[in-house]
Amino acid sequence: MSVMSSAAILGQLPIGATRQKSPSPAVAAPQVSRGSVAPGTAKAIAASAGDFRFYWFGLFAVAAWLALGFIALGIPDKPAGFNDVWPYTQEFGMGALVLSALWAVLSVQAGFRRATGVFGRIGAMFRYVAPWIVTIGIFLAVWETLTAKTGVLEPPFFAPPSSLIDIYVSDYARLAESAFNSVKLLLEGVIWGAVIGLAVGVAIGWSRAINYWVHPLLRFLGPLPPTALLPIAFFFFPSSHAASVFLIALATGFPVAILSWSGVASVNKAYYDVARTMGASEWFLIFRVAIPAALPQVFVGLFMGFGASFVVLVVAEMMGVKSGLGWYLTWAQGYAAYVNMYAGLIVMTIIFSSLISLLFSVRDRVLVWQKGTVKW
Amino acid sequence: MVEVLERESEPATSGVASHISINNLSHWFETPTGALQVLDDVNLDIAPGEFVALLGPSGCGKSTLLRLAAGLEPATAGTLTQDGRPITEPDPSRIVVFQDPTLFPWRTVRDNVALGLEAQGILKQEGARVDAALKKVGLQDFAQVYPHQLSGGMAQRAALARALVNNPKLLILDEPLGKLDSLTRLEMQSELVALWRKNGFSALLVTHDIEEALFLAQRVVIFSPRPARIVAEFKVDRPYPRHRGDNVIADLRHEILNCMGLGTSW
Repeated sequence: MSVMSSAAILGQLPIGATRQKSPSPAVAAPQVSRGSVAPGTAKAIAASAGDFRFYWFGLFAVAAWLALGFIALGIPDKPAGFNDVWPYTQEFGMGALVLSALWAVLSVQAGFRRATGVFGRIGAMFRYVAPWIVTIGIFLAVWETLTAKTGVLEPPFFAPPSSLIDIYVSDYARLAESAFNSVKLLLEGVIWGAVIGLAVGVAIGWSRAINYWVHPLLRFLGPLPPTALLPIAFFFFPSSHAASVFLIALATGFPVAILSWSGVASVNKAYYDVARTMGASEWFLIFRVAIPAALPQVFVGLFMGFGASFVVLVVAEMMGVKSGLGWYLTWAQGYAAYVNMYAGLIVMTIIFSSLISLLFSVRDRVLVWQKGTVKW
Repeated sequence: MVEVLERESEPATSGVASHISINNLSHWFETPTGALQVLDDVNLDIAPGEFVALLGPSGCGKSTLLRLAAGLEPATAGTLTQDGRPITEPDPSRIVVFQDPTLFPWRTVRDNVALGLEAQGILKQEGARVDAALKKVGLQDFAQVYPHQLSGGMAQRAALARALVNNPKLLILDEPLGKLDSLTRLEMQSELVALWRKNGFSALLVTHDIEEALFLAQRVVIFSPRPARIVAEFKVDRPYPRHRGDNVIADLRHEILNCMGLGTSW
């Protein structure tokens, strides 16, 4: 029974509905199409109608977002500090009600369990994300209640979710510019770091002489956090931008170099024998054997480097660069504009997680030959 | 040797097969405890188009001999020549097929087979050879598949195609069927014979399987334990395709077992 109910909560099964055992879709579909024309189509309609079971779990989503809408619209804001009423509460509440209606429609659509095409895919998608939609609705409702409606969490450190809308509308230009500058600075540094890190890693994996000179330097300087070099870098480089690119490249390059090196060093030696007997040049051995064989490790290095580069980016922007999301956060703090800070943090989260997802999809494409890679 | 070739009416081998000559070859490995001798004064001659099998206890140094013949390592003492020229470095005219298929996992089967032509910079002009080689081993329908999707036998066939696409004059086979299941193994022994007869290259095979050596080779050379010395040679004077139940082959097998000190198990 407990298994049954947990499955229902996950949206895999309709609540309490196991009365008719229907055949699996894979078996049923051809049966329908194999019938003669006129009774066949009738049967198809009958079959899909017979398959309709309302997606009851969707009602939780409807209820959660209805509650959110009613809390936002129906309960008056508790006056706090400078403002009597939080801006955009009406729009926020209306938006919640509109979404609640949308969940209701999707619950009907998700009832057509065997629908195919875009229609069916949207239904299946809704069944999959419904538990999250419920959770987010409840989370927003609690958040709105604790801030705007009761003031348990007090301004200026806390603000209701509806107030974020205000920031995105009123401070749109500054946020967009900050985000753009952050991404630009980050990618500049990451690309330099990845390219140089790969080159260094392959070189020390390949050449004993280069290994002799570069490996001790890497071991000695590598563990130093690039952020520790920040004050010196700002002094030595002509601009804070150049200094930041250097530090981000350093943060990215170190793990890429180490992992590329270990990747090249662990290539099956028989691969080289095979290529050499077939007339491969040194160039071919490096670029067609060593680097492709090391790529899985190189990507591990890239993931580590990407993570490190985020840290350096934000610290650099907070300390010296006069633009970007890190700068925006300190700027917001300076004005005690904590709502702006939340807004900035959310933008930052979206950007960084999107970049990591992008790297994962690049990895999946490049390493399609590997079996059983982790899906992000 | 020439006699043997004529009698068995093998295809003409001039130009497609190399004459390999190994003279007074000795070899040592550097180890932490000093030099370790693995080959001791080996003399071996492989006529153009001849199929020679090397048998010996494991770890005796047969595989080292193959690496030296491929030019992957220089010999400590003695000479190896191919058609009169000393073997000093690897060359696409001498291709090795290893016990593991060693296909590059990041390349499709087709791109693996194309490896040699690509390395030599002639893939554009000679691309048709890739498809021909795939067809020779029956993998034309698996060209776009990645190695991890292949069975053991198919992977070794792909490795064979990757070797044959180079039109080797000497095919060096280092226990190529050693890791296959016994049925696939028998099947591929026949395929190897057919490929050799059709293409005419010289072949040098290392194996642990006496029956396999007798089924494939025209001459079987027996090595001593390390350091490897040649202790005996057996001519397998039987026409192809051979039959496993052949009495002459059965007698030879008995003789070889005796020679290797395993006669009591007959």
